[in-house]
Amino acid sequence: MTIDARDSSDVRRIERPDLLTAETSEGTQEMRRRADTSKEELGRETGAVVRLPEGTFLDPAQVDVERTDDETMILNMGPQHPSTHGVLRLMLELDGEFVLRVKPIIGYLHTGMEKTAEELTYVQGATNVTRMDYLSPLINELGFSLAVERLLGVVVPDRAQWIRMLMSELNRISSHLVWMATNGMDVGSSSMMIYGLREREMILAFFEKTTGLRMNCNYIRPGGVAADLPDGWEDDVTVICDTIEARTFEYDELLTGQPIFHLRMDGVGGLTAEEALALGLTGPLLRSTGVPWDLRRAMPYLKYDEVDFDVIVGTYGDNFDRYAIRLNEIRESVRIIRQVAERMPRGDYRTQDAKVTPPPRGRIDASMEALIHHFKLFTEGFRVPAGEVYSAVESPRGELGTYLVSDGSAKPFRLHVRGPSFVNLQAVSLLMRGGMMSDTITIVSTIDPVMGEVDR
Amino acid sequence: MTESEVVDRFPTVVGLGGEHVVFVPRDAYADTIGGLRDSGFEMCVDVCAVDYLGHPGRDLPDGVVGERFEVVVNLLSLSQKRRVRIRVQVPEMDASVDSLFDLYPGTEAMEREAFDLMGVVFDGHPDLSRILMPEEWEGHPLRKDYGAGRVPVQFKEAPGPR
Repeated sequence: MTIDARDSSDVRRIERPDLLTAETSEGTQEMRRRADTSKEELGRETGAVVRLPEGTFLDPAQVDVERTDDETMILNMGPQHPSTHGVLRLMLELDGEFVLRVKPIIGYLHTGMEKTAEELTYVQGATNVTRMDYLSPLINELGFSLAVERLLGVVVPDRAQWIRMLMSELNRISSHLVWMATNGMDVGSSSMMIYGLREREMILAFFEKTTGLRMNCNYIRPGGVAADLPDGWEDDVTVICDTIEARTFEYDELLTGQPIFHLRMDGVGGLTAEEALALGLTGPLLRSTGVPWDLRRAMPYLKYDEVDFDVIVGTYGDNFDRYAIRLNEIRESVRIIRQVAERMPRGDYRTQDAKVTPPPRGRIDASMEALIHHFKLFTEGFRVPAGEVYSAVESPRGELGTYLVSDGSAKPFRLHVRGPSFVNLQAVSLLMRGGMMSDTITIVSTIDPVMGEVDR
Repeated sequence: MTESEVVDRFPTVVGLGGEHVVFVPRDAYADTIGGLRDSGFEMCVDVCAVDYLGHPGRDLPDGVVGERFEVVVNLLSLSQKRRVRIRVQVPEMDASVDSLFDLYPGTEAMEREAFDLMGVVFDGHPDLSRILMPEEWEGHPLRKDYGAGRVPVQFKEAPGPR
């Protein structure tokens, strides 16, 4: 006798949603012809910020849909275009030289780092996140470490906090210098390209001396920093500060007063504070509209409430404001670094909590327990209490948020990183409203996206 | 609906950063966030989804039934210098929530990312297509039942072993 399982009421079948293939036919990522695009989507691509009852924003219903497709041309810019700062692909609908619609297409650098983070222990985690925003690796590590420490409830010694501040401000300068360099390149000033990278090299040399690596340092770790500052670091930092501060005035001469530079930057890519808030923009983009929002000041972490610095804001929210903010933030960072170098306390550079920190190298030769402890920490890692936490730091591009869920094991259950460039990139179609093809270059440049962080 | 009204109405815990973590039911999700927006939370900082498949002993306040997925929204008030976090339980069989696009246009990319990587559908989103993965990709990689490193890298017309 055979039993037909389908008829038997004893057989419990697991109800499964019909997923996987069904949901993937959601449509293309590419820009579609006007006739095939919904009105809301069309409004977004033309830079209309939907919602907004105030009437100051373009309503999607007012979008010019009458224009026929044969008057316009859809052009791909990127992903290999040199001025898209990596592998950003922009689809532009052009009417002659004027850009009607923009759609950024991303994902060319997606490497599944959030999934990878679930396979790595908390000890290894900093190595992973440091590769997201490759121009400010130390700040990524800082965001991750602060989140883990908050879950652990570990108190980090004072010296470690000041070292972290020193390193993240140096990193902010080096990131802004790369921005100055590439932005100079984009507007045709290849001298700026060379100068920016030259100055950045000093900072990278200091990173190499301190952490062993120029980039992707893996220096700031949960519990403190990996090593103490090298002997004579005060001299190095003083030389870096003096040189870079003097050089910023050379950049002023090279770019700030230059008429051609002004023609490319002034009034291009205008943004208002309401639009910036609605789109969730942070960092220099938000500050350029006159909103004095800097997490270092508004919600201080580390010891930022103990140092003296200014939050730079703009007025018009255009390209030139964003340039001026970044240039002046270099000067403010120099100011912070000088105070840090003056006030650096003595003490431990990592917490003495033996659950998080491995025993010193000298003890491993002498003590069996220390050897076992060291081995366990680097093979299994430490366990983090179950819970969830969101912590944010101010990266050179805006709010770098880390949302961490722990299930009590030695690996994160879920790590989500809110990359500031990922969100800021949405502003590109708004900033391009009514712009010309050549403005695309400067607008993408002043948004300052780092594709490693956008795609993660 | 101000923050204190929201906190009174729904189960709330205090997060590790001192912010309120509010567990809002799915049908009240968009309305609650709309109320919070009008009462001073100007910016939606982050939208992400979490797959709680296989999470032992997850800590939820009384009155909240844990589902497989959770959509987590972080709001920020610049004027009050406060954050608030909304957590919504989303069942596996009907993995969808309302889109916040009409309230905060900046959630467009974040919701697309959550859809792409976690398979949560956001109703009312203008262009819910994949954002990070290729458009013909099958499955949602950040789900816990999606293995890591399973798909071999394929190069077009790669030369065979010499």
